[in-house]
Amino acid sequence: MIDVDIDTRLGAFHLRAAFAADAPVIGIFGRSGAGKSSVVNAIAGILKPARGSICVDGRCLFDASRGIDLRPEARRCGYVFQDSLLFPHLDVRTNLLYGHRRRRAAERFVEPARVIDLLGLSGLLDRRPATLSGGERQRVAIGRALLAQPRILLFDEPLASLDAPRKGEVLDYIERLRDDVRIPIVYVSHSASEMARLADTIVMLADGRCTAVGSVEAIFGRRDIDPDDIRETASVIDARVASHDREDALTTLVFDGGKLVVPLIEATTGARMRAIVRARDVSLALRRPEDISIVNILAGRVRSIDARDGIVDVAVAIGSALLTARITRHSLRALAIREGVEVHALVKAVSLDSRGEYG
Amino acid sequence: MGPTANELGIVALSLRVAITSVLASLPFAISIAYLLARASFPGKTLFDAIVHLPLVLPPVVVGFALLVLFGTHGPIGGFLDRWFGIVFAFRWTGAALASAIMGFPLMVRAIRLSFASIDRRLEVAGRTLGGSALFVFATVSLPLALPGIVTGMLLSFARGLGEFGATITFVSNIPGETQTLPLAIYAFTQQPDADIAALRLSIIAVVLSLVALACSEWLTRRVERALGNDRR
Repeated sequence: MIDVDIDTRLGAFHLRAAFAADAPVIGIFGRSGAGKSSVVNAIAGILKPARGSICVDGRCLFDASRGIDLRPEARRCGYVFQDSLLFPHLDVRTNLLYGHRRRRAAERFVEPARVIDLLGLSGLLDRRPATLSGGERQRVAIGRALLAQPRILLFDEPLASLDAPRKGEVLDYIERLRDDVRIPIVYVSHSASEMARLADTIVMLADGRCTAVGSVEAIFGRRDIDPDDIRETASVIDARVASHDREDALTTLVFDGGKLVVPLIEATTGARMRAIVRARDVSLALRRPEDISIVNILAGRVRSIDARDGIVDVAVAIGSALLTARITRHSLRALAIREGVEVHALVKAVSLDSRGEYG
Repeated sequence: MGPTANELGIVALSLRVAITSVLASLPFAISIAYLLARASFPGKTLFDAIVHLPLVLPPVVVGFALLVLFGTHGPIGGFLDRWFGIVFAFRWTGAALASAIMGFPLMVRAIRLSFASIDRRLEVAGRTLGGSALFVFATVSLPLALPGIVTGMLLSFARGLGEFGATITFVSNIPGETQTLPLAIYAFTQQPDADIAALRLSIIAVVLSLVALACSEWLTRRVERALGNDRR
């Protein structure tokens, strides 16, 4: 549970962020310059707000009115920076143990051996940061933050300076960490796909203000917040692995409202899987089309219509899931789509989050 | 043809004065350099100027100021003599003090540059990992500033070996007590038929300087390697 209510001016920028969120992974999402980094800096004690308070799991880190302002070293916030900031004069082992050695045995909950194993660092221990690749550096930075035995982990755009393959690699490790070490995470990013994959609750920031707080499903289903912040409107569907068809190399997922067939993935039956469907990959039909190559055709009812310019986003309720389709204004008129109309959603592509492919 | 006992005595005194001045001023130089590189406070420009004053003032003026302040009857010298029995006037310690003052701006400049080139966020990272400000300074800032510290020490050492004006004004030219290399060379040039003696000491001075340069070069390379700057 983090509870932030801060107000401060940074030059011409006015940060007035207030939100409370309780989830394993809280995503702070918004454009660059929205104030995301300032919020985590305030949590970590690097930036001192003029007014307000910050609490993490009931522990007050900062409260201007009561004169509380814990030093960064006393806050126990593990901070993973965008450009890793490893100590260049120390080898990987010493970097990893920098914070660990500062903690008393009673304060420790995770041991170096476990972290080294979890993040695949055993081959790097004697190397200097300058000899590591970007992805390796970021993994060491994550391990270093974790071994400082924090009460909360803060990630500030940890993938922003990595190329695409490295992004995927580090993301996999962050997911392992999330599932393996039960520690609250605050994850800052301007990337909708990272948010969809990692976060449970999303805090939207725009121009230094919190514009929305909600589940990934709720936030990414909405279009009224700030269209530029979600460059890619997408729907998120919570599903489970139902069966595999090895012959045709397909996996079937089920969710409340129907099923989705996707290319074969390695996952045990019953495993939870988050399916992400981009609005532009969804078409609508009034009758169930036949003789068509698309395998995922879901029946539903139009919940809402959001038209702007020539583009229309139609939200379709399929069971309890909400799927957004992006169609043209012309199609909307030609098919006479209104709220409450029964339609069939044709899904051209599905991305999956954990352990599956995601693009 | 080797150096005489008298010459060796002069060299030993010069080294003692220069090394003492470097080591005694180092903690102050590091503190002030860090302050100037990191902190901003009212009067910083003035403070910076005062630190640099020995660089631009005629050395004789510095020597005279030391004489007034640190002389046995001066406000600081009198106090130190009365309470701690420390005397600078006309002692080799006074020569070391003069060298330290004259070399101080050079040392501060080199170390300050080194601190300024360290990414501040490395220090921030150290704090979030649970290190106090002092611990982070000792384990991150100080080691990363080592190349600048080595350079600053060399510059101050060289300045100390060559110090003349402030020293002769403050502690005079007393053989065996305050007569360092430059002062001895000066004394010989003032005597008739002592050109050879002056030349011999000058050659010794050149050799000393070369050795000091070589040592600092070697030390710098070692430090760079320890810092991982050579991309091992």
